[in-house]
Order: sequence, then structure tokens, then C-alpha cells
Amino acid sequence: MRRTNLLAAALIAPLLLLILGSFLVPVGLTLFRAVADREVVATLPETSAILAGWDGEGLPPEAAFAALAREAGAALQARRIGDLAQRLNFERTGLRTALLRVARAADRLAAPHAQSLPALDARWGERETWLLLQRAGGPTTALYLLRAMDATRTPQGEVRALPVEERLYRTLFLRTLGISLLVTALCVLLAYPVAAAIAGLRPPWSAVALTLVLIPFWSSVLVRSTAWFVLLQREGPVNGALQALGMLEAPVQMLGTRFAVVLALVHVLLPFAILPMHSVMKGLDGTFLRAAASLGANGPQRFLRVWLPLSLPGVLAGGAMVFLLSVGMYTAPALVGGDRDQMVAWFIANFMNRDVNWGMAAALSAYLLAMTGAMVGLVRVLTGGVAQAGLRG
Amino acid sequence: MTATLVRFDGVSKSYDGRTRVVAELDLEIRRGEFLTLLGPSGSGKTTTLMMLAGFEDPTAGSITLEGARIDTVPPHRRNIGVVFQNYALFPHLSVAENLAFPLSIRRVPRAEIGRRVAAALSMVRLPGLGGRRPQQLSGGQQQRVALARALIFNPPLVLLDEPLGALDKQLREELQAEIRRIHAELGVTMVYVTHDQSEALTLSDRIAVFDQGRIQQLGTAQAVYETPANPFVAGFIGENNRLPATVLDATRLRLAEGSMLATLPHGLQAGAAALVSIRPERVLLEAAEAAPNAAAARVEEVVYLGDHCRLRMAWAGRTDFFAKLPRQQAGQVPQAGTTLRIAIPEAAIIVFPA
Ligand SMILES: Nc1ncnc2c1ncn2[C@@H]1O[C@H](COP(=O)(O)OP(=O)(O)OP(=O)(O)O)[C@@H](O)[C@H]1O
Ligand SMILES: [Mg+2]
Repeated sequence: MRRTNLLAAALIAPLLLLILGSFLVPVGLTLFRAVADREVVATLPETSAILAGWDGEGLPPEAAFAALAREAGAALQARRIGDLAQRLNFERTGLRTALLRVARAADRLAAPHAQSLPALDARWGERETWLLLQRAGGPTTALYLLRAMDATRTPQGEVRALPVEERLYRTLFLRTLGISLLVTALCVLLAYPVAAAIAGLRPPWSAVALTLVLIPFWSSVLVRSTAWFVLLQREGPVNGALQALGMLEAPVQMLGTRFAVVLALVHVLLPFAILPMHSVMKGLDGTFLRAAASLGANGPQRFLRVWLPLSLPGVLAGGAMVFLLSVGMYTAPALVGGDRDQMVAWFIANFMNRDVNWGMAAALSAYLLAMTGAMVGLVRVLTGGVAQAGLRG
Repeated sequence: MTATLVRFDGVSKSYDGRTRVVAELDLEIRRGEFLTLLGPSGSGKTTTLMMLAGFEDPTAGSITLEGARIDTVPPHRRNIGVVFQNYALFPHLSVAENLAFPLSIRRVPRAEIGRRVAAALSMVRLPGLGGRRPQQLSGGQQQRVALARALIFNPPLVLLDEPLGALDKQLREELQAEIRRIHAELGVTMVYVTHDQSEALTLSDRIAVFDQGRIQQLGTAQAVYETPANPFVAGFIGENNRLPATVLDATRLRLAEGSMLATLPHGLQAGAAALVSIRPERVLLEAAEAAPNAAAARVEEVVYLGDHCRLRMAWAGRTDFFAKLPRQQAGQVPQAGTTLRIAIPEAAIIVFPA
């Protein structure tokens, strides 16, 4: 008994390591990146150490000014100053310039630095700048997580909402949630009758129908989204057909609209709703419906009181699948949507590729993860009573 | 109120338009009776039952319930209880909710539903299990619930399609007794499908023996067993020895091997070919010299079965003639190789035209 257990564990171990390596580690690293704050310590170790001893009153001692000038100059020489400039500028616009000015002039600056630095850039004479630098000494920061919720911290350390015109991410998350819920609802509504119809087909035809559902999987999401890009153009077939049918006078702008995004997402994700529903419905015994009829239930009653509850686990599984995939969708909205239709994934990609701001990318990812996690939890609670009921036994 | 509850008139059913699975079925089901449809696999029993329940449409003929045609009425308006072989209890509902289902469909007041569910549970001897899910019950318990659910809305007719087929022998016998008790208590008409002959004999007021879509015989258990209408019925219900013979005169046959067999008047023409059927338990062993159709027979093989012994004997030119020896008294079991004197009473010989 013990031996077989050990053997089983040994056999599973490689798989476990693979899962750990390919899933838990990247997710853990991402979550860590969302709160890590290392740029200042890494590039300005001495300045950080001095600031750590500063009581925050007035301005820091001369030694801090001198260390900053020296270390900034050295970092510029070594071409290591980019990350730091980006980090500081992200928290307060303008600090990139202030830092680079000092770095470039490092050799020429005369003592006392407490006077030559503010002379070069007035921001070095402000207590807020130094407080910010002190707090950025790490090792962790809530900066990115706060910013991803449109909040910030004052130099005094209070959490504040950003001014309305600078807010962005709450709307973005709500938009992502909204689009995903709409897409999920549409997919579930469209998939349910399709799955039920396929489950009702006799053997050769059910396989044919299922293959038709699966055909989209033979091409990538990119290809399918590009197809919509072509179809929805002003001179594209959709506009052409609607005009030919007399339903439109002039071509309509469809690309770059929310409509196009939802359409493309529903199309791309529909099979993910059909398959789990179908697999649940296929397992449902037709005698349940016969039994209900023999007990006096008419068609609608049979559907509402027997078929629907029994197929609900499939609906929830399919819906959850579509929602989870939709929340993280990047390609389709990027191709057919406008600026105001982009979802969280697009911003994450931008922070990684364009801004090289890993902290922000990680913070957005963390919230996305929380959102999907909450959804999975909700579905689990909802299916608590239904899940086992769907499986006969 | 007439004695007839259901009537099949020339009912035929074909799934593919060519072969008739049920052919020109005429059948009257009496009010309050327990009728069993018995027959081999594929003989059309389930199809007949499903046409009555409304899940299959007859290709021809008519079915009436209480004198009114029902073959055009959808199943949910027929008010017929059905017990399915795989129970078909709704897995998303508790036992009590399953039982309440037909009542709530019929808009029975809540308080009355509670009362009737409790009564139904105690009728099938499962009080207190109303809160469980069907999957938490044993097979026998699930079948009891299915039976209760088919009865709870007081249908005049309940159909059962091999309801005990999935249960082991002991449980099956226990539930047979239960079904009989409930049938007697409620006086409801039951139509029961099985291909287990002993089950049919145990339960039924009347048995309809099916083969190839036709009723071969309809009668009481005793009638179909003791006076089978044709060789199929004789062979399907119980064991029998079959021997080809030729008619000598009104009460005598000659077996193929040459020996004579005295029978009751059989009504066949002299010289006609006949088929003789003899039940093993009707063969007399250790018979007196003057007994009818007495002859010596060698014991070829003995199978000891506890309550009786099964003997394979050489008789009338064959070595596969079977006889049953009941173990009424303890004592010697005949040995293979010994010769016994057997006899066959005239009344035990059933003669069919061949
Ligand atoms: N839905 C159907 N489509 C086509 N043929 C069918 C269908 N249902 C039954 N049959 C055929 O009809 C014949 C009778 O079937 P039925 O189910 O009535 O037999 P049965 O007497 O109940 O047999 P069993 O004891 O095996 O249940 C069989 O040959 C079967 O193959
Ligand atoms: Mg059957």
C-alpha cells in the first residue's frame, strides 16, 4: 500500500514540477512584479541608504544630494539609468528630466550639492521629491496596484483617487467586464439551442454537426479576427450585402466599434460554449423527458423543470469558459475595435512592449486574475448543488 | 364502469415501414388486473407498452382507454403512470421532490402534496428518505421511489417496463412481493413487461405471451403453463421435452422411434404429424407396472439441485429426455447408469399439430 503510494507520487512528480514551473512560477513572478520596487535601490544604493535614515523633515542632509549626483552620473555612464528614470517619471511626471539633468551634469556640479542640484532643477529643492525617493527605496510598493485602480499616494503617504480626467483603469476594467459578460450571455444564448439540437441528432449526423462546430478551431484566432476585419470594412461584404438588400442607404462604419468587437468575440468563442453544453446534454438520458411527460408535464414544463436544470452544469461550464477567455482577449478587439473598445489585455501588452513598465503590466494582470478568480468562485458556488446532479449515478 | 379498461384494436407498429414490430394486436386489459407482457427480446413488448404510454404512435389500429381513443392524445395528457427500467428519477430533485413532481404539475395544494408524499413514502416502506437525492439510494430503493412516483397521482393504469431487470435475484423477489401487495391494496390496473417467466408467473393475473410482434397466448399463469396454445408458448414458459410423433387414432400416437403413447383425446386426424410436449416434473419415476405409458428408462446423468434432482434419461430412442425428481423425502439419489421405470400420465402429454 505504502509502496504503491510512493510509486504513484514518483510518477506524478514530473507532471507536478511541470505545472509548478509553467503555471505557478510565472503567475507568482507576475504578482511579485506588481508590488516589487527595486529600481531606486539597485541604481542609487547609497542615496537610498542615506535617505533611509532621514526623518523626512525639511530636506535631507548634504550627503544625500552628493550621493545622488554621483550615482546618477555613474548610472548614465553605464547606461543603466533608463529603468530608474521610467520608475520615477511614472510616479511623478517630470522626474525623468530632473534625474537626467543631474546625471548629465554630475561631473560639473559644485559642492554644496544641496544648492547646486536645486539650481539645476528646482524639483531637487522640493521636499516631496525626496520623500518620493525615500519611499521608493523598496522593497515593495503599492504604487502600481493603486494606479491600476486610478488611485495614488500623496507624498505624505495618503491614498487618494486620481483627478477625474486622469482616471482610466476603473473604466477599463468595467468595460472589460461589460464586454465579457455581454459576449458570455450572447454565446450562452446562441450555443444552448445548437448544443441541444446536436445532442438530439442520431449518430452519423451528430458527429458531422460536432465537426462543423470544431472547424473554426482549425484556424487561429488571428485568422478569424482578420476575417472580420475584411468583412466589416466600409467596402466589405457585410456593408455590400446590407446595401444590396436595401437595408442600408450608405455604408456604415462598423470597424472600430463596440459592435464589431462583440461580434468577433462571440464568433471566436462560441465553440467554447457549445462543447461543454453538448457534452453534458449528450449524457442526459432521454427517458428523463419521457418520465416527465408520463407524470403530466407538457413541453414547456418538461424543458423548464427537467431539461434546463439538468443541462445547467453545461451552461455554467460553457459560460465560465467563454468569460475567462473573453476577459483575456487581445487579438480580436485590437483588430476590429476602436480606441475606446480595447480591453485590459491590450493595455497589459502595451505596458510590456511599448512602455516597458512591468510593474503596471503586472498590476493589471493581478486584477485580471482576481476578476477571473472571483468569477470561477461564483460559478463554483452556483454549481454547488447542481454539479453532481447533472452526473447520473 | 365496464370491465374493460384498455382496448387495442388491430394495432400494428413498424419503425422502418417494412417489418412490423407489433402486428395486428387485439388486446383487452381488464380493470384492476395485473397483466404481464412476456416474451423473448425483440418481441415487441416495450413497443406495445410505449404505444400505450404515448411515446410511440401506432402505424395502424386504435387504442382506447375507458372507451375513449387515446392514440392521438399526447403522453402528458394520458394520465398513465410509467415505471422505467432505469428508474428515470430526476437527479436534480430530492426523493420528495421527485414524488411531488406530478402533483405540483397538477396544481395540488402544497399541504396536500406534503401529506401524499409522506403517504407514498411509507407505502413503499421508505419513510424518512424524502430528503435524499436519488443517487444516494440503492437500486432497490430507487425502484421503490420510481414506483411510488408512478402511483402518487392516482392514475387508473400503471405501466412497468422490466422494472426489476437491473436488480439481483433476492432484491427482485422482495420487490415482486411489494408490487403484488401494492397492486392488491390500491386496486390499480398494472401492465408489466418482462422476459423473466418466473416473474410473470409470480405476479400476474393474466399473461400475454408475445413472439414476433404477436400475442401467442393470453391467459392465467396456470393456463399458459399447463395448456400452452402452441409449441412456442410451451417452450418459452417452463421446460419441456419435445418429441415428434404420428397420430395413430384419437387417443394414441406413435413416437418417431416406434413406441406408442396413450394421450387424452387430441382432436388430430389419424396419420397426421404431431409434436408432443411433456414437462419434466410430470414424468413419474419408480412407477407401478400398470401406470400409463410405463417404460424402462436408463439414467444418463443426475444433477442435484437441492429441492429436486434433474435426470437426463434415455427414453424413446433419445438420450435427452429430462425428468425432475422432487426431494420430498431424504434418501438415495438415483445413480447414473441405473434403470428406472417411468410413466407419463395421459394428462401430462400435450399434443400440437406439427
Ligand atoms: N426506436 C426504434 N427504431 C427502430 N427499431 C426499433 C425501435 N425500438 C425498437 N425497435 C425494434 O423493434 C423490435 C421490438 O422492440 P421492443 O423494444 O418492443 O422489444 P422488447 O420485446 O421490449 O424486447 P426486450 O425484451 O429486449 O426489451 C426490435 O426488433 C427492435 O430492434
Ligand atoms: Mg423492452
